[in-house]
Amino acid sequence: MNLKIAFLPLNDAAVLVAAREKGFAEEEGLALDLVRTTSWATLRDRLVFGQVHAAQMLAPLAVAVTLGLSQQPAALAAPYKLGVNGNMLVMATDFAKALEPDVAARLADPLGTAHDFAAAIGLWRRKPVIGVVHRFSSHSLMLRYWLASAGVDPDKDVVLRVLPPSLTVEAMRAGEIDGFIAGEPWGSAAVEEGLAETVSIGERIWRRGVEKVLAFREAWMEENPETVDRLLRALARAAAWCDDPANHVALSDLLADPRYVDQPAELIGRALSGQIVARAGEAAIANPDFMLFSREATPFPWRSQALWIYSQLVRWNMVDHDVATAAKAGAVFRPDIFRRALADSDVAMPGASMKVEGAVDLPMAVGSRRGELTLGPDRFFDGRVFDPERIEEFLAGFASPR
Amino acid sequence: MRIVIIDDSGLRATVLEEGLREAGYDDIHIVPPRGAFVARLERMAPDVVLMDLGSPSRDTLEEMLTVSRALARPIAMFVDQSDDSMIGAAIDAGVSAYVVDGLRKERVKPVLELAVRRFNAFAKIQGELDEARTALSDRKIIDRAKSILMNQRSLSEQDAYALLRSSAMNQGKKIVDVAQALITASDLLGGGI
Repeated sequence: MNLKIAFLPLNDAAVLVAAREKGFAEEEGLALDLVRTTSWATLRDRLVFGQVHAAQMLAPLAVAVTLGLSQQPAALAAPYKLGVNGNMLVMATDFAKALEPDVAARLADPLGTAHDFAAAIGLWRRKPVIGVVHRFSSHSLMLRYWLASAGVDPDKDVVLRVLPPSLTVEAMRAGEIDGFIAGEPWGSAAVEEGLAETVSIGERIWRRGVEKVLAFREAWMEENPETVDRLLRALARAAAWCDDPANHVALSDLLADPRYVDQPAELIGRALSGQIVARAGEAAIANPDFMLFSREATPFPWRSQALWIYSQLVRWNMVDHDVATAAKAGAVFRPDIFRRALADSDVAMPGASMKVEGAVDLPMAVGSRRGELTLGPDRFFDGRVFDPERIEEFLAGFASPR
Repeated sequence: MRIVIIDDSGLRATVLEEGLREAGYDDIHIVPPRGAFVARLERMAPDVVLMDLGSPSRDTLEEMLTVSRALARPIAMFVDQSDDSMIGAAIDAGVSAYVVDGLRKERVKPVLELAVRRFNAFAKIQGELDEARTALSDRKIIDRAKSILMNQRSLSEQDAYALLRSSAMNQGKKIVDVAQALITASDLLGGGI
């Protein structure tokens, strides 16, 4: 069976690339045809109009397309998460001068840095222009969350400019943007060129932040259960391979290929190993949870995470809240398919399909149908917790930024 | 009907513009997706925006379509969602079209069909150009290998070429690959030309 899957050149295409290149897909009788795409709009269109079977999609975009917020509405389904975390916010070196100069301290204190950032806006010669990869991206939602915590209105006090990851470095060089938040290796590429410094990393904003998912058209997924199950099994094994530090060099080399990310393996490797260079020429800062593929049941599509995305879309007036819309958004994540596909595998299987997000401080063993499952700390940097049963309460907790 | 073509490749945009003019459309503008192209586009107030599906700037354009107050809000790329073959042909050809709300689909369809034909024609030209370019660089490599052989082994040009060709045939390789290997080896050995 030949499967076409669209992806963007990013580190978190890793699991798809490994599934193809390391034989995991082949073991399941699948031939993966990975279709490199340079914009989220085109990736979305290829999926929605049936030119590919599946896509590596921004989780919020899968929700948005299903809710009819992004061009042609289509029911999408995400039974598998391709990764957790992996984003980096970088700002022009000039702008970063107004922030904590010790970059390790800066990253370690996202709340303090958010307030420094708010002050730096006033010192900048114009409203800072910050690149985000898409309106419906986890990056954009996390950046908004982070800015708003320091009283910055992301729709008024800064300009958020949408551009795809592969154009971010060029736009920095041309002075069209003052910084950007994107998946790796693009932040590292800007740092390496001396154009920017790391200001924050996704993992310090939400320690286990939902990121890319494997998205299908729901109808196709329902009609092809056997193929879907095979693919999920192949991806689960590929993800375990990607997580193993022993494979990080090999994985960096794979991703560096012009058919995939087409960036130097050394830059790609930084995020995989969590060795983040925040300022050109300085020693790397260790962030072992910078990017997760497999451990802690990373691929499991918690419905509560789809609902967290939904809560943020409501918060920023991208959709009106009502119970039916919330249910539709939550149903984009399909733990039922995940369970079916991986029932006979050794993948740790959570007992529940929802959890309170942001409630785990220290690694915690949780109810699991099989094997031992330990969830890592998943705190939001501001200490809020998201109870998916109490969305209204959660939303009411945010002071209106207006 | 005002049509704006957003395109990086001057050649493809010209091929498309020509076709549209021949078909009787005369309000056509070409905008490269660089710098403040979004602001330019807003001022132009187009009815139809045509863009290469492979352009990384599509996300930037769509964001503008979402937030712009200056533009009447254009709808999605395909006017007639029921026309699957048209959509397939457009995606295969690499065309995306954004059409202003309210424009009748009978008016837009010929534009889209023409864009698909012209994009396909352009892809063909591009393919032929690439082939020609490869052929040219192949010839340069072979010429250099020939001159190395002529110098080092005092062969005539004809004999040098014959030697390359027979080596290639014996090894089951292309002449250009054998020539490249010879150049690399010669460089490593400090042979020079």
